[in-house]
Amino acid sequence: MSVVRGGAWVFGDDVNTDVLAPGLYFKAPMEEMARHCLEAVDPRFAREVQPGDVVVAGARFGVGSAREQAAMALQHLGVGAVLAVSFGRIFYRNALNFGLPVLFFPAARDIAAGEALEVDAVAGRIASPATGREWSVNGIPPHLMEMVQAGGLMPYLKRRLAQPSAENR
Amino acid sequence: MGRTLAEKIIARASGAADLRPGEIVTCRVDLALLLDSGGPRRIWPRLKELGVGPRDPDRIVLVTDHFVPAVDAESAAILKLTRDFAREYGIRRFYDMQGIGHVRLMEEGLVEPGMFACGGDSHSSNAGAFGAYMMGFGAIEMTGIVVTGEIWVPVPATVRVDWNGRFARGVTAKDVMLVLCRELGMDNAFRAIEYGGDTVAAMSIGERAVLCNMAAELGAETGLVEADAATLAALRAAGREPAPDALSWRSDPDAAYAERRAFDAAALAPQVAAPHSPANSGPVGDAAGERIDQAYIGSCMGAKLTDLRMVAEVLRGRRVAPGVRFLVAPASQQVWADAAADGTLAAITAAGATLLPTGCGACAALGAGVLAEGETCISSTNRNFKGRMGANSARVFLGSPYTVAASAVAGRIADPREFLQ
Repeated sequence: MSVVRGGAWVFGDDVNTDVLAPGLYFKAPMEEMARHCLEAVDPRFAREVQPGDVVVAGARFGVGSAREQAAMALQHLGVGAVLAVSFGRIFYRNALNFGLPVLFFPAARDIAAGEALEVDAVAGRIASPATGREWSVNGIPPHLMEMVQAGGLMPYLKRRLAQPSAENR
Repeated sequence: MGRTLAEKIIARASGAADLRPGEIVTCRVDLALLLDSGGPRRIWPRLKELGVGPRDPDRIVLVTDHFVPAVDAESAAILKLTRDFAREYGIRRFYDMQGIGHVRLMEEGLVEPGMFACGGDSHSSNAGAFGAYMMGFGAIEMTGIVVTGEIWVPVPATVRVDWNGRFARGVTAKDVMLVLCRELGMDNAFRAIEYGGDTVAAMSIGERAVLCNMAAELGAETGLVEADAATLAALRAAGREPAPDALSWRSDPDAAYAERRAFDAAALAPQVAAPHSPANSGPVGDAAGERIDQAYIGSCMGAKLTDLRMVAEVLRGRRVAPGVRFLVAPASQQVWADAAADGTLAAITAAGATLLPTGCGACAALGAGVLAEGETCISSTNRNFKGRMGANSARVFLGSPYTVAASAVAGRIADPREFLQ
């Protein structure tokens, strides 16, 4: 997993799955769902987010539903990483299972909108080159590193199914 | 040192002898609940990509509830695919348009004390009412569970929440949860909530399910209640003979809880959560007088038989206020039949409420009853995030079935105690 470089999109607390993946578009293809991602809190986001940009948020990012479209929509829009003070537990798991880096970032509230960030999820290093600030955080949990490095659960399962001895341990 | 119920179930399912909170273990999954929302629709293409089928179809329970009945070509196609999946893989426990999945598990006696189960929906914690450890996951992880039969989980720290004393008239398990969302907050990942005390011991399984269901709103790994005589009676009522060791699924007296909280049920007033969070709650008086456009009784936690009976109690001899839409979506076909048989539905419709099909419906802006821009609704459901029930500017208040029914009659948010003299 390579280092992510992009601008920060800053959100507050409790950015929930209903605003990430609104129920009204639940049946729609991901292209359409993603256009409405976060529109209830920032209508500019889905239109203007650039590949590699970093979502930075307060507590409980992704709280709520099990809907995996919440993580998929961010990934579809090209978001490179999500940094938050804390996460909804299912969102956190979903994101890593799609290979979308998500890191607990206690200093998230110190980041300014648009601030250029570098995120090394494997090493647990976040940097803001323009301001000279750098943070060390917990990286990807060790027990998930192999799965995340493989690109997520699907590539990981493919590899595992190709090794019947590991499957029938 | 003794162990909590959560630790005992995780130990049994993982085969690990000794566990500490914070450890990561891999558990064998006893039961996997798949729904039309994130079930075959999202999992089947992945199974095809992997070139495999379900490892054990008999451990799968498949339910259509989010998109029923079909209202457009998209929902019809999703439901058809779900039915095709059941046929293709011989899923014996397929419940099509018979009710919401979490409620169907209870009605069929499919969850029991000590079970480790997973569901493709955040409110899977509902099954904790039976002393089971059931967690919600996204469809991507449910895919892994269907293929491998196992899942990694953190051993949770257990928070013991005791309620003691008798509820005053008009106070319910829902009011308990609106207090707890405020008091415990919604940031309880890596924690399991164990509910106890004599208030909980006196609750029906349906009320206990309200507590466990809304552990999702607390952000917890799950919520659960220790098995007791009421658990066994509910299993038998559902046609399942409890296992001989069912009552052993309790925490040890010297179990190590991460935190203990105690609350007085007798002092509790009906609660309402204001937009846009279940934690934004307070006594009903704080919100009283808010004009409403819609009142909604529905979802896996707010439309069971006990809930509909509360509604009928308030509505008997009264009419829904002019200009208010009162929508009632029973949680299952069985709830519907039971409520029809005992006169509950007649009281509800005589008052001018509208019955909607069984299913998740407007709770998640999927079925009938979604809200327009600027509208206000009071709802017996579990979540009131922005846009949850429709338009982004709609405002959703959460309350008990008593409070929702009283508000429907008053045309504004009202204290149910005024209607239960």
